[in-house]
Amino acid sequence: MTDSWRQPRRLLLLALGALTVFFLMAPTLVVVPMSVTASNALTFPPEGFSTRWYEKMLTDPQWSSGFVNSAQVAFLTAVLATVLGTLAALGTVRGRFPGKSAVNALVLSPLIVPVIIIAIGMFSLFVRWKISGSIAGLVLAHTALAVPFVVINVATSLRTIDRNLELAAMNLGADPVRTFRRVTLPLILPGVLAGGLFAFITSWDEVVVSIFLTTARFRTLPVEMWEQVRQVVDPTVAAVATTLLAVTTSLLLLVLVVRRQAPAR
Amino acid sequence: MTRGSGRRPRGGPIVDRWALLAIPLIAFLVAFFLVPLIVVSLRSVADFPKPTGDIFSNYGRFFASAANLRVLANTFWVAALSTVVCLALGYPYAYLMNIVRPRVAGLLLIAVLLPFWSSLLVRTYAWQVILRDTGIINTFLLDWGLITEPIPLIRTTLGVMLGMSQVLLPFMVLPIYAVMRRIDPEYTKAAANLGAPPFAAFRRVFLPLSLPGVLAGSLLVFVLALGFYITPALLGSPKDTMISQFIANAVQQRLDWGIGATMAVILMGLTLVVLFVASRFIRLRDVFGSLEES
Amino acid sequence: MSARSRHWGAAPDRPALALRNLSKVFGDVPAVDGVDLEVRQGEFITLLGPSGSGKTTTLRMIAGFTLQSGGTIEIDGVDMGHVPPYRRDVGMVFQNYALFPHMTAAENIAFPLQMRRVGRPEIKRRVADALGLVKLEGLGQRYPRQLSGGQQQRIAFARAVVFNPRLLLMDEPLGALDKKLREALQLEVMHISRQLGATVVYVTHDQDEALVMSDRIAIFSRGRIEQLGTGEDLYERPASLFVADFIGESNILRGRFEPAGDGGWLVRDPWRWQVGAAAAARASLEGGSAAALVVRPERLRIVGVDAGPGLATGVNAVDAIVRDVLYLGSMRKFELVLPDGNAAVVRQQRGGGGHEGRAGDRVRLTWAVDDGVLVADPHG
Repeated sequence: MTDSWRQPRRLLLLALGALTVFFLMAPTLVVVPMSVTASNALTFPPEGFSTRWYEKMLTDPQWSSGFVNSAQVAFLTAVLATVLGTLAALGTVRGRFPGKSAVNALVLSPLIVPVIIIAIGMFSLFVRWKISGSIAGLVLAHTALAVPFVVINVATSLRTIDRNLELAAMNLGADPVRTFRRVTLPLILPGVLAGGLFAFITSWDEVVVSIFLTTARFRTLPVEMWEQVRQVVDPTVAAVATTLLAVTTSLLLLVLVVRRQAPAR
Repeated sequence: MTRGSGRRPRGGPIVDRWALLAIPLIAFLVAFFLVPLIVVSLRSVADFPKPTGDIFSNYGRFFASAANLRVLANTFWVAALSTVVCLALGYPYAYLMNIVRPRVAGLLLIAVLLPFWSSLLVRTYAWQVILRDTGIINTFLLDWGLITEPIPLIRTTLGVMLGMSQVLLPFMVLPIYAVMRRIDPEYTKAAANLGAPPFAAFRRVFLPLSLPGVLAGSLLVFVLALGFYITPALLGSPKDTMISQFIANAVQQRLDWGIGATMAVILMGLTLVVLFVASRFIRLRDVFGSLEES
Repeated sequence: MSARSRHWGAAPDRPALALRNLSKVFGDVPAVDGVDLEVRQGEFITLLGPSGSGKTTTLRMIAGFTLQSGGTIEIDGVDMGHVPPYRRDVGMVFQNYALFPHMTAAENIAFPLQMRRVGRPEIKRRVADALGLVKLEGLGQRYPRQLSGGQQQRIAFARAVVFNPRLLLMDEPLGALDKKLREALQLEVMHISRQLGATVVYVTHDQDEALVMSDRIAIFSRGRIEQLGTGEDLYERPASLFVADFIGESNILRGRFEPAGDGGWLVRDPWRWQVGAAAAARASLEGGSAAALVVRPERLRIVGVDAGPGLATGVNAVDAIVRDVLYLGSMRKFELVLPDGNAAVVRQQRGGGGHEGRAGDRVRLTWAVDDGVLVADPHG
């Protein structure tokens, strides 16, 4: 209707956009059908339908313990990162202190420092502290990598709150603690939850630091996959990849739902 | 607790009680993030296979080897190429997101964010499945008789490029889109009204206004590409070795901590230099700000 | 200046702009609903109306940013149906100016000339001329953010006229400025437009601005032109209750129209008011139809209730109770309640020797028959 003289240009752009969506999504999605193939090789399109590779994944102690380890580490990381990150977001957004920009830079830097450097640094130190190869060491490491996402999410929702709501609560007789519990916290809760989910995902998918901080006796799912991906050619790895993907995607959809609940505008 | 610190008259306490809440995280990051980085730096000047008097002997050793320098050059080359590919794909994509209806733009955003958050290892594995000699592309081409033997896709720079660009593309799209969304559509209308045909209006008005996003996205992609490990390790050949692989090999296989830490310090330095140079042209806050909006 | 006016004043016989049955539907909501308008060469015409009345949509259709759903737009006799905005040769001053933030003031002004492939020396000369025209010589190298609101407005104006467009459109160009600056710029915009001989279509919701600047005003309501005329036409002879209500303050007396001779009566028991011949002819209402008599506040006089029924011929009257007396400096404003409960307003010049009413007083309002305007009462 409008812009009719620009139609050909728009079509070209749309085609390019579709191609990019394909480039972004297709490679990942290829893994899903391959995980249910009946054949022993990774052929595409898959031949027949079978859940045997999932059965193999679940019965193989290597894979199943990897799954349990990953879930434990990711859960503990999410809890620790959410607590530390939410407190820090309150401190940096509301607080007043010198060197605030340096603190902000420190909090965000795990996102930008090449992860291999973090990995060998932690490895070198954690071995000395005797927490390498333990669940505690991995949780501490993953928390450092995941906490920026919590701070970012909570700080964003804190900044969108109308401060007058808090002043109104105090004017209506709520003391500072109750104002926080009854007004501030409910308003930032979607941000806190989203941050926690992102922290979980970060830990769940993390490979590089985990490679250095795990041992043959204690491995996470991505590390197990990394170890096997170059040797094993059967579709079990595709089943593992699909499992990783399914967990991440469901949590992301949960983030979208949580954000939609956000009462603050 | 103290409220309304922004309105407090000058001369109040320099640190208020809110600030105390940041202390646990600061302490945590110093202990488990900053100290490890310092340890790496120290090992580059303190960890030697054979003791020598010169604390910089690791650096001397490093720069004496042409192979090491090739790894540096290759990393820069691959990072630059990935940036170009991401820009070529990401700019039109962000532009499209900016002109379609909000509902479609939301879907396009999800198409960027889902891979953004899904496991890098899974995605790289997927590329392996697609690119290898018995992978999807080669099987397809062989079945149709278009080729007689598999063409080398995996263990090539092309494979690394494809894998890296796919992983990095969201980091290009998001900052560019964030900037484009803030460009008032009235500017393009004003340009048309003043006689500029669509392409001239784009080139003279829209493109210059979107450049901050292009710079931010390119910087982000380039810096992140410098540190890539998993993708080149699974999709590249030994001659495509990048800095991170070199570090991992030095530490895990050659057990030469000194040279690994030295390379790590160099990578860190390169990252900081790129960020510093970029900070002269753009505000770094905008770069990370656009990530915050995602 | 005439040498520069390629278009302006070129063909005085042909309308500079003609809108015929123009309409625009968004979804199934009509935003503009059959607008007809002819603008003469060199005329300053204002589209005035409340927000959402279709005036801005009409302007954006003329500029070509929005395609019309029906009807035609002709500029200088040429149909603009499928002419894209960049070939319409129509200057526009945007509401928020839309000055390109990455270009200096001079580069902004040069832009339309560059698009028309004007030679470099000439661009330089014309940009300097345009800056002179808006009295901002020397500020050409500043970026928009380094200019004040008023200066930005002038640069936007210079950019819109520098290429001698066939038509100059302005979309609430002074809306963002404070009152004092706005009044100064109203006169300046008007003077420069006249000096250039430009044909101007101006959109505003500010009726004072419309009255000050325009040759003619088109009152918009619900996507239609309610009335088109000079400011005096609209104020003295509103054609509808909407216009009477929208322009200035009005006293509205509702009743039924009964013709008698050339004029007639507006009847509302126990009152009846005489309608002048001219007013009756303009309204051309059928006998017995619902109608309203509109009287401007400064046309009413306040007299005592005891003045008696013996009114002079040619004078109407109604009783009222004074509710408030407001002192407004040069005048006094009375707010009153009519017997039917409706409000009435009277403005009295100071020293006019009028009635010194106080709140609570019962008074009688009188006016000359010829000061009453008869309109149909759609709600009657």
